[in-house]
Amino acid sequence: MAKGVWIVAEQRDGAYRKITFELAGTARKLADVLGEEVCAILCGAGVEGIAGQLGKYGVDKVFVADSPALEPYTTDAHAAAVAKAVKENDPAILLLGASTQGKDLSSRLVGKLATGLATDCTDVKIADGKLLAIRPMYAGKCFGEVVFSTFPQMASLRPNVFPAVENAKAGVVVKFDPALDAGQLKTKVLEVQKDTSGKADLTEANVIVSGGRGMKGPEGYAIIEELAAVFGATVGASRAAVDAGWRPQSDQVGQTGKIVSPNLYIACGISGAIQHLAGMSSSKIIVAINKDAEAPIFTKADYGIVDDLFKVVPEFTKECKKLLA
Amino acid sequence: MNIVACVKQVPDTEAQIKVKPDGSGIEEGGIKWVMNTYDEFGVEEALRLKEKNGGEVTIVTVGPARAMETIRTALAMGADKGIHICDPAFDGADAYATASALAAAIKGIPHDIIFCGQRAIDDDSGQVGAVLAELLGIPQVTVITKLEFAGGAIKAIRPIEGAQLLIECPLPCLVTAQKGLNEPRYASLPGIMKAKKKPVDVKDAAALGVTVTANAKVAKFIPPPARAAGKIICGDDPAMKAAELARLLREEAKVI
Repeated sequence: MAKGVWIVAEQRDGAYRKITFELAGTARKLADVLGEEVCAILCGAGVEGIAGQLGKYGVDKVFVADSPALEPYTTDAHAAAVAKAVKENDPAILLLGASTQGKDLSSRLVGKLATGLATDCTDVKIADGKLLAIRPMYAGKCFGEVVFSTFPQMASLRPNVFPAVENAKAGVVVKFDPALDAGQLKTKVLEVQKDTSGKADLTEANVIVSGGRGMKGPEGYAIIEELAAVFGATVGASRAAVDAGWRPQSDQVGQTGKIVSPNLYIACGISGAIQHLAGMSSSKIIVAINKDAEAPIFTKADYGIVDDLFKVVPEFTKECKKLLA
Repeated sequence: MNIVACVKQVPDTEAQIKVKPDGSGIEEGGIKWVMNTYDEFGVEEALRLKEKNGGEVTIVTVGPARAMETIRTALAMGADKGIHICDPAFDGADAYATASALAAAIKGIPHDIIFCGQRAIDDDSGQVGAVLAELLGIPQVTVITKLEFAGGAIKAIRPIEGAQLLIECPLPCLVTAQKGLNEPRYASLPGIMKAKKKPVDVKDAAALGVTVTANAKVAKFIPPPARAAGKIICGDDPAMKAAELARLLREEAKVI
């Protein structure tokens, strides 16, 4: 009988990604309802030293697969390691982050474990002893309640949505031999080109300042960048601005760009096409600055200013600087 | 080179999505159906690969009768033939079932490289490509923005949070396409005419020998939580309004 709540701990360069603590906190909550254990599987090279840290976030046991073949992340190696651990231990629930790595890994595991996965969930709970996962579909235009008929019941959790609650548990470290077969490892990471801007990725940002068609051109973004700098925020853009070539594709927020959920989303000169709203409506607080009072963005905004953004934004930047000084 | 591109027919991004009163699905009336945006990038890249290296592009889809239009669109862009997996049993199928059907169809044809969109913009699951790769026993490189092929292997760029990876992978393999990979072409009028004569095989679950399971199932569709009406900050002076906004964000919303 499948038992226990498992998480796949995500680390990069020997440090946990924030999502790992969000996973641990959530797994603890589910496991407490079931009266079961929380286990984590941590894969990497030379990562044993950080394994015990997970105890602080409610993890009872940490399986550590330590091998040079597990660093940097490749689908082949990590999926083989995690699948082996899962098959040997038969957890009821397996949670991963809906990060780029977690999405890649979780979907490969669906194939390896012949099971089901709810992607990018914004809520998970236990109903009748089983996992019930709630996830946006159509980029948030509707939601689905997902139920499972196989084990492990898998869900990937949207970053920044679940709290990383501290809850001290033993965090016992157990070595796990992934027994990787070198012949099975086909993909190779040749190069890692790090973004040196120091800005959080849109999907992980606490604050996002976004500009749309109302920015009138790439030079208009100077005031957006200035406002973003005040909060250490990440700059986003609407599809219109990306398609016009004003901003790189990686900045695009929306149904065909990134789905984001920051604490604060400031939309400047964005009318709010439905595909944009879909990508940002799970933000906690939404601010819209637009001169068109009829713009659909105001239907989603917690706070709105109807005015010329080129007059409002620089003033707002000044005010925020004052407040944060 | 034997190239396969998997496509899905989905509602256009501008479509309003309404949940049926009983929560069993979405209202399909009035929806404009199109090829999934990310699949378009996959089809385009497949065609470019064929144009450079020779070979054939086969389009495969799982979908109801209307999904044939999406196959024809891809054929009009320049693909050579299609496989349409059409069976009511696949309505609402999960990623594992869909990938099993695709795998059964693709196992029967030569395949050096398979393209999928990184996710479909309807269910947003983003699983089918990877499950398909696993079922075919081939490696995957997902969410790529650049692809090069040389010497029996691909090199692909995969953006991750705060970095870009350059990944090498031998054929046969599966890749999933992200926006930025290319600019998909439009079908030309002669292309559309030719597409009508290109062969499309229609198969059902029995013909493929797959049983449809639902390991994960959407038991209920629900409308998104309504957001409470927001505050519009009034006044004539932009500076005053900006100051009021800053104050509200600090004191009321407590986010700055």
